[in-house]
Amino acid sequence: MTPRQRRWVFLAVAGAFLAFYLWGLVGLPGFGDYPGPYGDIVNAIAVAQTHATGVVSAVNFEYRGFDTLGEEFILFIAATGVATALRHLREEQDDPAVDAAKDRQAPATSDAIRMVTLAFTGPTLVVGWYLASHAQTSPSGGFQGGVVLATAFVLVYLAGQFLAFKRLSPIHFTDSVEAIAAGSFAAVGVAALGLGAAYLANVLPLGSSPGAVNSSGTIALISFFVGVEVAAAFVLIVGELLEQTLIIREGAR
Amino acid sequence: VMAVVHTVLTGYTVRPFWLMEVLQVTILGLVAAGATAVVFTRNPTRQVIFLSIYGMLLAILFMAFQAPDVTLSELTVGAVILPLLLLLVLAKVSGQKVSGQEVSGQQVSGQQVRGQGE
Repeated sequence: MTPRQRRWVFLAVAGAFLAFYLWGLVGLPGFGDYPGPYGDIVNAIAVAQTHATGVVSAVNFEYRGFDTLGEEFILFIAATGVATALRHLREEQDDPAVDAAKDRQAPATSDAIRMVTLAFTGPTLVVGWYLASHAQTSPSGGFQGGVVLATAFVLVYLAGQFLAFKRLSPIHFTDSVEAIAAGSFAAVGVAALGLGAAYLANVLPLGSSPGAVNSSGTIALISFFVGVEVAAAFVLIVGELLEQTLIIREGAR
Repeated sequence: VMAVVHTVLTGYTVRPFWLMEVLQVTILGLVAAGATAVVFTRNPTRQVIFLSIYGMLLAILFMAFQAPDVTLSELTVGAVILPLLLLLVLAKVSGQKVSGQEVSGQQVSGQQVRGQGE
């Protein structure tokens, strides 16, 4: 096929796609138009029913808590997969890292980076903890909080403190924390069964005032477990990759 | 096309708070530009940086459309964790030997990851 013919084929197909696309656009509902009943129903009943003012969390950890359980285990399995793929095999041996350009000096972590990252580590931990533990009151939740918590560990690494990063998150410990937190989510559901309710039913006291931190029963609890699980999963993945990749900089402690 | 654009724009002007609409249209445009920039960047390392910026733009987009929960998720995952993991993977891949030969100039140290294809 000559380039000329090819261009015609492309133009014809592109034109057909464009026509379909525009046709689809015309049939779209208006901007901001919401036809479904579920959002309206949840908005009307969720706060009274769950005492969680973070209605998205109420949906995530209660109304569709079972789906969230599945999603959580997706991340769990992904982390397990990374850990498995990057593990040391019995016949594998560590080569000492050889620098291809031996005369090149990797610059030591500058004081500016070290200071900024270390200064942000504490606040990041607090924000992560806040997000993971306030799903019931405001837009936040275990997933977001957990990722922010993991970021705090990465900041420790960025500050040039790789060994501190490893000390803070030994692989077996992180692994166990991740597994226990993931299992705890499932266990909350099983506990409800033991009390004669449905799986993942909200069996804990809801608290007197909606929007208080101690309100919403299992929603807050599950969000917290998810936060720990997500944080551990990401610390594990990042740690495994760093271990594989890293040439520890000179001057790093 | 003009008819569609017109419908979208008149849809916007229904509510009186037009400043919000300006912000929404602007950020929609920026997101489109950001996505294009990611696609057309050839150097993987640079592409990851663009991807991170694109994640940040998407987060602002979700905020402008009143979805704070999604904003947080996009901010943490799209703007931080995904680029971080990709950088780590790039660092790992670029340090590898290809058919017995060290990839020249691809040695990696700390955060200074050099992309392939440069």
